[in-house]
Amino acid sequence: MAKSKKFTGSAVSELPKCPTGIQGLDEVTFGGLPKGRPTLICGGPGCGKTLLAMEFLCRGALEYNEPGVFIAFEEREKDLEENFASLGFDLKSLVRRKKLYIDYIYIERSEIEETGEYDLEGLFVRLDSAINSVGAKRVVLDTIEALFSGFSNESILRAELRRLFRWLKDKGVTAIITGEKGEALLTKHGLEEYVADCVIALDHRVNNQIATRRLKIIKYRGSRHGTNEFPFLIGENGISVFPMTSLLLTSNASSVRISSGIRSLDAMLGDKGYYRGSTILVSGSAGSGKTTFGAQFVDSACRNGERALYMAFEESEEQLVRNMKSVGINLKKWVDKGLLEIASNRATLCGLEMHLVMAHKSVKEFKPKVVVIDPITTLTGAGVEGEAKAMMARLLDFLKIEGITVLANDLSLIGDKGEATEIGISSLCDTWIRLTMETQGYRRTRRISILKSRGMKHAHETKDLLITDKGLEIKDIPGVREENT
Amino acid sequence: MAKSKDNIKQQLEEELKKRKPEKYVLHLYVAGLSPMSQKAIANIKKLCDEHMKGQVELEIQDIYQNPIIAKDGQILAAPTLIKELPPPLRKFVGDMSNTEKLLVGLDLRTKE
Repeated sequence: MAKSKKFTGSAVSELPKCPTGIQGLDEVTFGGLPKGRPTLICGGPGCGKTLLAMEFLCRGALEYNEPGVFIAFEEREKDLEENFASLGFDLKSLVRRKKLYIDYIYIERSEIEETGEYDLEGLFVRLDSAINSVGAKRVVLDTIEALFSGFSNESILRAELRRLFRWLKDKGVTAIITGEKGEALLTKHGLEEYVADCVIALDHRVNNQIATRRLKIIKYRGSRHGTNEFPFLIGENGISVFPMTSLLLTSNASSVRISSGIRSLDAMLGDKGYYRGSTILVSGSAGSGKTTFGAQFVDSACRNGERALYMAFEESEEQLVRNMKSVGINLKKWVDKGLLEIASNRATLCGLEMHLVMAHKSVKEFKPKVVVIDPITTLTGAGVEGEAKAMMARLLDFLKIEGITVLANDLSLIGDKGEATEIGISSLCDTWIRLTMETQGYRRTRRISILKSRGMKHAHETKDLLITDKGLEIKDIPGVREENT
Repeated sequence: MAKSKDNIKQQLEEELKKRKPEKYVLHLYVAGLSPMSQKAIANIKKLCDEHMKGQVELEIQDIYQNPIIAKDGQILAAPTLIKELPPPLRKFVGDMSNTEKLLVGLDLRTKE
């Protein structure tokens, strides 16, 4: 937040903006849509155009006291009311309170005969009376291209559209015009020709059988804007756009320490444990105790009355609770108390961006102090490897900026792959702990070593890691005398 | 059998004859007194006089004066002529200069 303030402060004289109130969208547009001008939103069918437009009106009416007019060319008032009720928007009540006006425009080509010259004054009259009836500041035309299916005289239509957009500007309303995606052009009928100020494209794409919704600002005249594609989510509260602009190293460094939950490990970390807000990577082969490690950390945080989020990509909540019980960690207790949230999702459930958005959402809602990602490496299965690294960097960065202590498990498939973790996220981490399994004769023993821990004194020797009835315990390897570190 | 078929045919024809001098209810919606509106009014009046004399009820409304009728009548373009009666309901947009199209649309002339 502090970061974005710094940005706006340095801006010379930016266009006045109209905040949409849609989560994340105002951040990527640096304040909202151009005030008093039309914005074009285009995309294929089912990509969320109508939803975005309607949410813009509802939030405007509720949060900014700016009434709106919705001109629907495709859906009836009743259908709209029903569809949006499921997203928590009570259109009926807004209409009753004169915060919203919905006008359904019915166009049926077969009923219309053209006999000579005409204009679209009827549309203007309706729009004008609608705007006046609620004192609207925001207008949505969804989808104005329907006009092209109703009238055949394209030269009249184009002239009238040009006049309409000019008229909307003169009226000083902030408008959203939606348009269906075309093959060569952004929209089927080239609406972008008339709406020159701001164009936003929505996209619903399937990559490796995993679908993600994305939003991109194609153009925003007179304003800076994020140029990336931003993933967005349609959730129970409407749209949330995930801005991925937080790739700056602006997190505050805390010198407060937090216990790892294992006293003998704290001892290895300069007797105090991790730094609060740091990122800890625990890598190890299968069965080396990574999950137990994470659970114990969560358990310790909850014991101190802090909220913790456990993102499990391999086990369900019940499975995790049962398994951890066997080593004496009672997670159920904390779940019941509302201190612990276990979010278990298969990594392949959705795309990387979606995971990012979901993590973002649960963090914003649950406000944990501690997050465990178990394991972070499964996410590579949800996307292309190069993307996976960038996305994990974003996720870790986001959590860091929020001041959350993160413990990420990393499954190294080959035990002695050395110090190159699979996706090279180790450089993003402040503390890196490696768990290994060593074969000694007929026995396999778990070993723990701290490969790095920024900004603190830490032990350098490898120790034995024991999983006991009371959680993890670290002991010196028998027969090896402790050296001075 | 053949006889009754003839009967039906005869009946139908009579029915059609009776129908012809039916009443027409036409609504013309214009946006103010623009040249286009005036042209449309003049054209439609002429058409009524020439083809539907005495059987037409023509109502002209200005959507500027009464915007709500634009919503209720689903008017988008101006001028718009709506044939309310006889059914089916039909809409004509434009300055009503294409007489041929109008006559066909109002079922006063069949397409050739």
